[in-house]
Amino acid sequence: MADTNNILKVEKLKINFLTRKGKVYAVDDISFSLKKGETIGLVGESGCGKTTTVLGLMKMVPTPGEIISGRILIDGKDIIPLSENEMREKVRWVKISMVFQGAMNCLTPVYTIGKQMMETIQEHKEMAYSQAKKKMINYLNLVGLPEDIIRRYPHELSGGMKQRVVIATALFLEPDMVICDEPTTALDVVVQAQIINLIKRLKKKLGLSVIFITHDLATEAEVADRLLVMYAGKLVEVGKNEQVYGKGGPIHPYTEKLLKATPRLHEKVEELSFIPGTPPDLVDPPSGCRFHPRCSEVMERCKKDEPPLIKVEPEHWIACWRSYHE
Amino acid sequence: MSEPILKIENLHKWFPVRRTIIQLLKGEHVWVKAVDGITFKINQGEIFGLVGESGCGKTTTGKLLMKLLEPTGGKIIFKGKDVTHLEESKIKKYRRNVQMVFQDPYASMNPRFRAWDVLEEPLIIHQVGETRAEREKIIRFSLKEVRLIPPEEFMERFPHMLSGGQRQRVATARTLVLSPSMIVADEPVSMIDLSTRAEILHMMKTVQRELGLTYLYITHDLSTARYFTDRIAVMYLGKIVELGGADEVIDNTLHPYTKALIAAVCEPIPGKSNTIKEIPIKGEIPSATNIPPGCRFHPRCLYAKPQCQEEEPTLIEVEEGHYVSCHL
Repeated sequence: MADTNNILKVEKLKINFLTRKGKVYAVDDISFSLKKGETIGLVGESGCGKTTTVLGLMKMVPTPGEIISGRILIDGKDIIPLSENEMREKVRWVKISMVFQGAMNCLTPVYTIGKQMMETIQEHKEMAYSQAKKKMINYLNLVGLPEDIIRRYPHELSGGMKQRVVIATALFLEPDMVICDEPTTALDVVVQAQIINLIKRLKKKLGLSVIFITHDLATEAEVADRLLVMYAGKLVEVGKNEQVYGKGGPIHPYTEKLLKATPRLHEKVEELSFIPGTPPDLVDPPSGCRFHPRCSEVMERCKKDEPPLIKVEPEHWIACWRSYHE
Repeated sequence: MSEPILKIENLHKWFPVRRTIIQLLKGEHVWVKAVDGITFKINQGEIFGLVGESGCGKTTTGKLLMKLLEPTGGKIIFKGKDVTHLEESKIKKYRRNVQMVFQDPYASMNPRFRAWDVLEEPLIIHQVGETRAEREKIIRFSLKEVRLIPPEEFMERFPHMLSGGQRQRVATARTLVLSPSMIVADEPVSMIDLSTRAEILHMMKTVQRELGLTYLYITHDLSTARYFTDRIAVMYLGKIVELGGADEVIDNTLHPYTKALIAAVCEPIPGKSNTIKEIPIKGEIPSATNIPPGCRFHPRCLYAKPQCQEEEPTLIEVEEGHYVSCHL
């Protein structure tokens, strides 16, 4: 894929955590790309490495984690060799910003919203106070918040409003990409839908690229143009929204099971299916395909060899021996 | 339908708020009306769902039923007996019959207790099972019931050695050791991964069928409510706005609030990544200290009429077993 309009390209990214029990292969050989104005969804169970992957993109993997190998190309430039200072000046919040998981709890209770947002600007750019304030109000209006919010404290705001503040802060320095790590998980359904709508509107208006992380396939169907399904540190299925949710349905047994476990409102199902067992311990991942101990369609080969990510139709990639023909 | 196991009549819970000096001098009272007059019945062997946004009073209702809070007004009738106000000793007896599963399986267990201790504690408190062997029998039974097999292995584990799903199973087992007739489950799956969520609900349903239990399932998630429950009550700001069979409420929605909740649910249908979904609701949930006059939903309702601002609607039966509280 030699597209020039890829603003982000990740190649064979590996992130390990050194723990007392041994090396944890949290992210193992992941490659993907992100086009301008596109939303990709990263889905998987907790502990599958979604958050670690995106922290890797910002080079913010917490110790003892370490990026072992791979390249992260932003506008064609590899950011892995950059120093901390360069990262702050050139990449973080300028190119990519992030809305963290449980973002509502990211705000300091002792500062006003205005002060916290101002801090972000001053860390990264030199700007006159009045100009910064004007810009701040601009962005607050963009996410649908009134201007007087800059004098308020976080406890005066509802969960949905706090989430909007965090999104406004993320957009502040005009990045090309925003990573949203489970931005709606802690919110009520109605607010959840409002935030999703907001992200979609902003994406259209500002031409943003978004990486949207969640464990909920139903939410992902609403936002993502393309889906990356992760399991135990590996990508198992990559495909367009229509390919995964459409008639053909998902191909990888893991995605299929995950989708079947998602309750649907307008369908009465007697029994929801579920995936037996728990995700594997990544200190000692299972041999062959990492999903094979929980898979219902396991073959002999799955236990021995690891399946590569292969193309089954245009833009649809699967890592499963079942779809491997030759 | 069999006899109702639990009847709630006009139940209120108002929390006092600290007053300003002027309010004190004037003798005004300020209340957070968390639960403001709700009435419903739960039948024997039924799974009853209580759905609503956070702050609508659903957890307070659950706590009132557990007698963890003292109601301000109204009546709770359990198995024909009035249990609204009970003395300490009787509360203990009552709680043998009504048990609770909490939302957060990470916070509801003592990290220094093995699963065995977690399960034995209620037996000791309620003096069930004279000897250790007897208690072990009960614990084994309930662990098997929640599909933690083999029980010997799980009994010795500490909470940190269990996954979220397994913890929630232990929490369910803890309620089962006392062989209660009713379980209040407060968002039992909202903290659990999607893939395990279905498994836990499935387990809870099987246990319910095998032991003939009654559940009150508190949730904000309509899609699991539909799968899990027989009847649903939708709450908004301390009142029930719609009540009926699970399928009825979702397929044949009457109240505008329920309609908004349903519209907001995400569904795995392709090709929606570029469309913006209309949600028929305005603004956010108001504070429970300052409840709007008339219908409490009117400031957010798209169909509000002048009448809605003045008169409070009552819960009326529109179709058999389907109640709604709306002027429209």
